[in-house]
Amino acid sequence: MPDAPGLELIAQEIEEGRQGTVIETSFDHGRATLIVNPENVLHALTWLRDTPEQGYRFLSSLHAADYLPASPRFAVHYELLCRERVERIRVKALLNDPAGGETNGSSSAAEKLPQLDSCVALYPTAEFQEREAYDFFGIVFKGHPDLRRILMPEDYVGWPQRRDYPIGGEPVLFTHNEIESPRWFE
Amino acid sequence: MADDLLRDEADLTERGYSRLGEDPASPLVDAAEVAGQDLEGPGLEPEQEVLTINMGPHHPATHGVLRLIVTLQGERVLDLKPVMGYLHTGIEKNCEDKSYWKVIPFVERMDYLSYFFQMEAFCGCVERLIDLEIPPRASYLRVIHMELNRIMSHLVWLGTSALDLGAISMFWYCFRERDAILDLFEMSAGQRMHTRYFQVGGVFEDIPTGFGQKLRDFCALMPDRIDQYEALLDRNEIFLRRTRDVGVVSRERLLELGVTGPLLRAAGDPWDLRKADPYLAYGDFDFSIPVGTVGDGYDRYRVRLQEMRESVRIIVQALEGLPEGPWIADDRKYVLPPRDEVATSMEALIHHFKLVTEGYRVPPGEHYYAIESPRGELGCFVLADGSAKPARVHFRDPSFVNLQAFRDMSVGGLIADLIQNLAMLDPILGGVDR
Repeated sequence: MPDAPGLELIAQEIEEGRQGTVIETSFDHGRATLIVNPENVLHALTWLRDTPEQGYRFLSSLHAADYLPASPRFAVHYELLCRERVERIRVKALLNDPAGGETNGSSSAAEKLPQLDSCVALYPTAEFQEREAYDFFGIVFKGHPDLRRILMPEDYVGWPQRRDYPIGGEPVLFTHNEIESPRWFE
Repeated sequence: MADDLLRDEADLTERGYSRLGEDPASPLVDAAEVAGQDLEGPGLEPEQEVLTINMGPHHPATHGVLRLIVTLQGERVLDLKPVMGYLHTGIEKNCEDKSYWKVIPFVERMDYLSYFFQMEAFCGCVERLIDLEIPPRASYLRVIHMELNRIMSHLVWLGTSALDLGAISMFWYCFRERDAILDLFEMSAGQRMHTRYFQVGGVFEDIPTGFGQKLRDFCALMPDRIDQYEALLDRNEIFLRRTRDVGVVSRERLLELGVTGPLLRAAGDPWDLRKADPYLAYGDFDFSIPVGTVGDGYDRYRVRLQEMRESVRIIVQALEGLPEGPWIADDRKYVLPPRDEVATSMEALIHHFKLVTEGYRVPPGEHYYAIESPRGELGCFVLADGSAKPARVHFRDPSFVNLQAFRDMSVGGLIADLIQNLAMLDPILGGVDR
């Protein structure tokens, strides 16, 4: 892992490449995190991947998280790995919820989804993982070759892993409640 | 339904196809009658026809419920799209509604062949969030169980993959040894599968008397058994012809696609988190990382077989050097007090009550912890918001990521090789769909 001063140096150099990319850095539990502006996430990733002395060429994991009460509500995490030095760094893009205070699932809010540039061109491994983040959090990755739901059914409505999406409530068909959904077999 | 059929027939007629004998322009003719003539026409050249077929989700060779939409030209695979999600049970979402100690049995059920690894990924991640050191004995016991689990997982892979390639007897032999491992799990953890043996802070219970001897017997036996598997497959003409030089993807492409584990090692890259970034007690053991040279199905098979041997070596060393002492940390804020203390100490009773009802609180923070599962890098991301329940649990499942390489392996090959590629890829759909 880059240590805390190393992380500051990385942040500084990325910032020199393009102003306003790194918003904040954090270092806890021995793990360095760069919090970047979602507009420039590709710049940060490209820099980390292509700068020879950095060489974070392996994307271990891409996942989203919902920090509901917080103001930039969503975050997409990129867990980067430099295999030569076995160092990990996390890049985190914070995303505002464009639907604001509107209730989740209403027709007007359905169109307003947070958007982020896709990194599939940089890291082809992100293809399935970006689809997963879209599927569960409704984060649209611009430029993704095939952005569809991946684990939920294609006609599913809603973004199930958002924090305000209730657990349960999915009607399950058993013999005893068959009568409640007549002609279910159609 | 009827409408679909009608439309399909209309479509066929439009493209110049017709049912045999129904088209008055070309009535059914006797084969002998046309034998002398040159045969032409779209229906007579099936090699030219592009056909999109659906494999699965309930195909026995897909090792679970994986659906493949395959575009074929004759026997050649032109394109392939995996469709998954048939086994999605929302485990990650459910974990958000469970206190930390109740999450463990949930995450075990993701990849149902490597439950100890899932437990370690989650428990290790939480331990790092609360800065809890686990005692050395617990660390060794975890290594022993995880390596047994690795052998068990590879055995299931070997049995079912050989079954796909037509070697039926392999299945019985592999499951015989797998059963011996499950007996060991039952002895130490009380369950054969989904043991919930690892706890945050260590392991649930010390190994019972006699476990060491039984494990030693198993370790003495296992290398011979692996030799037998090799003897059955290594000179098997069918197996060799079906696996050699099939499904080769370059090492660079595999890395781009994020593939880890035996697939990457078979392509010649000695990347193993146990060596590269030793967690638990892996730094203490002497073991090597088998790598392949070509990266075909045969190399993948060889690498996994050799990995089983290395796992046996690790288990033997861990058993020899197993330190004495407690098997779970002594932090009452996170670890249940021993039963006898609950009966005598008021403090212990309060802790017990708090831990069982609310569970422990994890200070706000997030961590990603990756370990080497039988299929590659298994990462666990936990976001803690300061409450007794995780705000997000995410698993970077190796099967899910590795499945992206399936298209590269199979396109351009024969459809029979597609089965072989999937078998050697070893995806566990429970882990893919979570």
